[in-house]
Amino acid sequence: MTDARATVLDAISQIAPEADLDALADDASIQEAVDLDSLDFLDLVTAVSEATGVDVPERDYPDIATLGGFVGYLEARLPT
Amino acid sequence: MPSLGADMDAGSVLEWCVAPGDAVHRGDVVAVIHTDKNDIDAEAFEDGVIGALLVEPGVEVAVGTPIATIVPAGSSSAPPGSPSASPEPEGEPQPEPEPEPEGEPEPEPEPEPEPEPVPEPTPAPGAGAAPHEPPVFSPLVRRLVRDGHLDPDRIIGTGPGGALTRADVEAAATAAATGTAAGGPAPSPAPRPTGPPRRVSPRARRLAAELGIDPNLVVARRGGPVTGDDITIAVPITTAAPTAPPAAPAPAPAAERSASSPPVGATAAPGDERALAMRRRIATLMERSKREIPHYHLLRRIDLTTALAWLTRHNEDRPARERMIPAALLLAAVARAAAEVPGFNGHWRDGAYQPADRVDLGLIVTLRDGGLLVPVIADAAALGAPEMMERVHGAVSRARKGRLRSSELGEGTITVSELGDGGADAVFGVIHPPQVALVGFGRPHEVPWAQDGMVGVRTVVDTTLAADHRVSDGHAGSRFLLALDTALQDPAALEGAPS
Repeated sequence: MTDARATVLDAISQIAPEADLDALADDASIQEAVDLDSLDFLDLVTAVSEATGVDVPERDYPDIATLGGFVGYLEARLPT
Repeated sequence: MPSLGADMDAGSVLEWCVAPGDAVHRGDVVAVIHTDKNDIDAEAFEDGVIGALLVEPGVEVAVGTPIATIVPAGSSSAPPGSPSASPEPEGEPQPEPEPEPEGEPEPEPEPEPEPEPVPEPTPAPGAGAAPHEPPVFSPLVRRLVRDGHLDPDRIIGTGPGGALTRADVEAAATAAATGTAAGGPAPSPAPRPTGPPRRVSPRARRLAAELGIDPNLVVARRGGPVTGDDITIAVPITTAAPTAPPAAPAPAPAAERSASSPPVGATAAPGDERALAMRRRIATLMERSKREIPHYHLLRRIDLTTALAWLTRHNEDRPARERMIPAALLLAAVARAAAEVPGFNGHWRDGAYQPADRVDLGLIVTLRDGGLLVPVIADAAALGAPEMMERVHGAVSRARKGRLRSSELGEGTITVSELGDGGADAVFGVIHPPQVALVGFGRPHEVPWAQDGMVGVRTVVDTTLAADHRVSDGHAGSRFLLALDTALQDPAALEGAPS
């Protein structure tokens, strides 16, 4: 069982080491809050997909735009 | 010692990535070069076997000094991998770009045109391995494995004969990093070996004498020699904050860093001082641009709907690692327009326009802690969009890690500023002299769009051209933007390399 939240936060911290992740609200846009460009966001999706085995197709990007959304998306698809 | 910029007159090898006897391919990273501006991964100029390393790490040598010999592929009778192959250089010394004597004595950080075009896309590491031989790791792959603390036996190679490729290692490193180090710091390369005894570059000595600073009290930024930039950076620090703890004369490099600046990764995260130096370089270049170049600006709103729909289909069944972002299409289109419409791809030198014979596309990369770098995508008009994506991804990642490759440091022939999703609607650029044009892309966004008497919703990108009026005029500039627009309306044609 992978900890979805820890995986997402860790991937964000790899891409934006200076980000204050404690201040990242569950309902805030990750891209805006952490200042990720589209290449950074693709790196984030790649890292999380490869760490969890959960593929996130582009059409689902709106679902993972926030930290809470991303974590919920993963938890719904990870084996328990 | 390759020339990695017009203002570079010397450099030192920070670290060798190869040893005598190693097989190298053109484009493989052979050494990390330390200059007073940057650490740069220097790439091999040709295929062959490393004969001898002629320069010890940490010793500063003048540009043009041979630093290693490469026995060209095919001319060596000794099998690759035999360290005794050639204690004496038996091949030609590695051809080094000679610094062109430049007439104007301007202290600009204007990069030299790279004498050695290296238009090669990412080399296939280990391509020389025969199918039944054990996979050969290229030096670059070895270094990635080492830096990532990975076990090469546990990575599945996808190269010829099962050889590990860079992509394989990077994938493994990403998986390892994201899978294990929860909350840990970014994976940093192995710590550098303890630095050489304290040394001060000649330029630093001269500057220090002029400014009345004791160079022994100046903190070198990476444990390398104290350089000119360290001295100039030290000026505001020593005058504005005299109570700051002075560096001990020769502490260990790591202690130096922590005493003087926020903790930084071994290769990344330029500190405030580096950001200041970078800001100064940007200031110099932009001042020169606005002083010398009569800019004109044009705007064309380009409908991206077709391109984005194509991109969605392209990405649909692909894992994230193989997806493209719109920038890949935008940059491929700029490169082709620059090759097609004369007057925007080249340099203004000695009072005349000198068109370039290929498109070397500079891409403005914003660094996370401030400042800009402009890596160059060499021979960009020959790339299909997927290759462009790969090159852009690599260049941006390396720029943000502070570790560009020598082939990415050449002088571009045209530059692109792409603000992306979070950006303003449009950017009216400042040309990077001696170039003559800069293309700006604002934030793609939906607008009501009237066409053929009907109004619909389309996604557009406001695209600007800043161009040099000494070279072209608004009519030609309009044709350039039209060519760019036309290319973006046929994304399938952008996918393949142009014929």
